[in-house]
Amino acid sequence: MKINPKYETSKWRKFERWVDGDSIPTEAEIEEKLENTTNLKNGSKKGNNKKKEDLQEVEETDLEDVLAAYRQQEMNHFYTQYKNWPKTKGLRLFKRVYNLIAIIVCVSMILVLLTVVSYLPKFGDVANPANNEVTKRYIENGLEETGAVNIVAGMILDYRAFDTLGESHVLFIAACCVLILLRIDYGKDGKPTSEKIAEEENDRNYEPKNDKILQKTAFVLVPPIILFGIYIILNGHLSPGGGFSGGAIIGAGLILYLNAFGFKKTQRFLSYRLFQKVTLVALLFYSAAKTYSFYTGANHLKNMIPKGTAGNILSSGLILPLNICVGMVVACTMYSFYCMFRKGGM
Amino acid sequence: MNFLILILLGFLIVCALSVCLNKNLLTSIVIFMSYSVIMCIIWIVLESPDLAITEAAVGAGVTSVLFFITLKKIHAMKEESDDENKPQI
Repeated sequence: MKINPKYETSKWRKFERWVDGDSIPTEAEIEEKLENTTNLKNGSKKGNNKKKEDLQEVEETDLEDVLAAYRQQEMNHFYTQYKNWPKTKGLRLFKRVYNLIAIIVCVSMILVLLTVVSYLPKFGDVANPANNEVTKRYIENGLEETGAVNIVAGMILDYRAFDTLGESHVLFIAACCVLILLRIDYGKDGKPTSEKIAEEENDRNYEPKNDKILQKTAFVLVPPIILFGIYIILNGHLSPGGGFSGGAIIGAGLILYLNAFGFKKTQRFLSYRLFQKVTLVALLFYSAAKTYSFYTGANHLKNMIPKGTAGNILSSGLILPLNICVGMVVACTMYSFYCMFRKGGM
Repeated sequence: MNFLILILLGFLIVCALSVCLNKNLLTSIVIFMSYSVIMCIIWIVLESPDLAITEAAVGAGVTSVLFFITLKKIHAMKEESDDENKPQI
């Protein structure tokens, strides 16, 4: 630790000395002491001894001085012990108290949670509050009203699409925060700054230089992974899955591809500008499609879009385009997270 | 099926405990990945395959990769490579 040269003469140091009980005298104090002693010899006591001035004689003051010195020594001894206490016994005591408090908090937390769980209604019971008319409506009329075979997709992208809009915006805000925190921008003149160049240099440590096993594995695995992601997105309203899971799978596939072949290959098709455009367009389309009914007085778009026969890919109205939007946003976000963490730019 | 769920839940608790008790960060991330995989199987057993897909992609895939990158950035993985190199020299 670097100590400020003015530290010894600073007021804080004086205060610290006063707290520690150290009697390292400064110049003014020494002068004061000298004055005191001369005054004592003259018989006219001042300062602390002023009250006892008349009661005591000169001979007694000597005895008192000795006593005071002894007391001072005792105090100094006590203070050094007190000062060293945190380093010797205090550390052990602190550790023990810390462990004890940690165990107490942990155990009480577990007990509270277990008692709460014991009060919960039985899992799958008919009389549960979750089994109300809402669930019945979803299960009985879901297919008819939304046209989606997958009831979950019908719920989150039709009945409750407005909630999902908020969720995708939460993801977007998270991506923005990561951008703000980790992105290293170009300089004002458009040229890369020294920090950026250093990061790009440093990034080479992460690149597996022509790792044959990784490259061959990625060569075989990446296309099926991305195809599977696209399948999950497009089939979101027919089979389990949907925008978020499919997008996450595509993002993971892109990260694998990036790890195997490096930034030069991915930058050809996925740049920062494309990321901006895709996210913006997808979120704008989603917002427009779902806040549409605000502007038209609760008239939904689905009257205009035919639902089609349930079970076809092109069916169930807005669910398919919304799934594609969410999927694109999620895939871009996952990929950009990875890039930002790795070198602070795409 | 009940027996299978019990075994998986036991694994889950073991994984969760060993993640926080492990002193090596790299090992705890790998254990965290296996936690996510077990959670994924549990989701399938509980008949919610869409959650299982998301758990496998996000929990076991992307999150762990981000953890790895962070570890490498803060040079928490450096010591091990040094230890590996020493006997060779």
